[in-house]
Amino acid sequence: MISIIDYGVGNLKSLYNAFRHLDVPANLIRTADEVAAAEKLLLPGVGAFDYAMSNINRLGLVEVLQARAKEGVPVLGICLGMQLLFSHSTEGVGCQGLGLVQGTVTRFGQGKKVPHMGWNEIDVVHEGTLLRSLPESKYAYFVHSYHCVPEEKQDIAAFCDYGSPFCAVVARGNIFGTQFHPEKSQELGLQILENFGEI
Amino acid sequence: MLAKRIIPCLDVREGRVVKGVQFENLRDAGDPVELAKYYVDERADELVFLDITASKEKRPIVYELVERVAEEVFIPFTIGGGLTSSKEIQEILKRGADKITLNTAAVHNPELIAEAAASFGSQCVVVAIDVKRVTPERWEIFTHGGSKATGLEAVAWARRVEEHGAGEIMLTSMDTDGRKSGYDLVITRKIGEALGIPVIASGGGGELNHFADAFQIGGADAALAASVFHFKKFKIKQVKEFLQAQNIPVRF
Repeated sequence: MISIIDYGVGNLKSLYNAFRHLDVPANLIRTADEVAAAEKLLLPGVGAFDYAMSNINRLGLVEVLQARAKEGVPVLGICLGMQLLFSHSTEGVGCQGLGLVQGTVTRFGQGKKVPHMGWNEIDVVHEGTLLRSLPESKYAYFVHSYHCVPEEKQDIAAFCDYGSPFCAVVARGNIFGTQFHPEKSQELGLQILENFGEI
Repeated sequence: MLAKRIIPCLDVREGRVVKGVQFENLRDAGDPVELAKYYVDERADELVFLDITASKEKRPIVYELVERVAEEVFIPFTIGGGLTSSKEIQEILKRGADKITLNTAAVHNPELIAEAAASFGSQCVVVAIDVKRVTPERWEIFTHGGSKATGLEAVAWARRVEEHGAGEIMLTSMDTDGRKSGYDLVITRKIGEALGIPVIASGGGGELNHFADAFQIGGADAALAASVFHFKKFKIKQVKEFLQAQNIPVRF
């Protein structure tokens, strides 16, 4: 069972629908007790980093999420959810993240349209379980203005190029994140969600 | 590299596709979900549904449509048509749409753009602007499907829309729409250069080179078309092959 954390940020319907389409059992959860009991955690999210973190804090989920991650429970962050896995973001006045992956989240530089919106190709460097059996076409759907910069290069499982390369997928042990939206990335994205179900 | 997007537009009325679509391999081409799935298989990059009924009484039909599409379509899709409040926008997004378009309501109440962007994020707020060339050097905004003049100058309005937090502009030229003689490349380029957000060119795509021109001359980020796809003048894949041959990045 994949538990999608509903912390009041963004639309979870599409993710839920994607798992249903794949016949992968999934549910929506909100409380610390539910996080504590979950087999696999999925952290979605759109919008602002600090607003999302304050919601997670308010629901009392920070410590339990960190504890579950340490226990080895698979965690997948999507889009803003991936960014929240990191130590810190420069968005707004700056904000601490969950710190499950060491690194920062920073805004795209000048000279390009922001948000980075649309279909862009990913370049897989560490396949692992999450990125196995992907279709030949490696386009994924992105919508974001900030991107993650892991401290450890080997945490990057796939790059994407938007003027310069950035981290599109992070994988560190049981912690995973995709900057793009797998639930909106047709076959490629559905394969990744199915793979997460099999981790 | 970021791909240029090809977006089929489906006009719906009371939950059914209008504009006689002809596909012998679809059981029910009037069903927006069937047609949407067809276009997704054809590698459409996004879908836009415009509800041309757009009355408040009919809104529940739209909500139901959104739910059905969201259950079966795993690419981004946009819903537009007569939206006037954050409440309606929230209902549509909650049911699984990725973006909404604001058109007439944005002109009457630009604060609605800001309100929607602040509540749901800029990424889901597309502002549709309908323009007409009124003099050789001036384009103005029209509302109500191009029937009402506003006197607003197009580039200035587009800038304002961006300042209010729109994530994208869907630019339709009322002069070229429905004529299949090509997009209005001049205003598309002017607005694209004035703004930092993506511009979707709309209105006039009728030949393969029109799509290439929208990107290469008009500088658009995406091109929207309806009848050329509905009437199978060409398939989305053909458009993409043509674009790829011109070194325009596309997704297959």
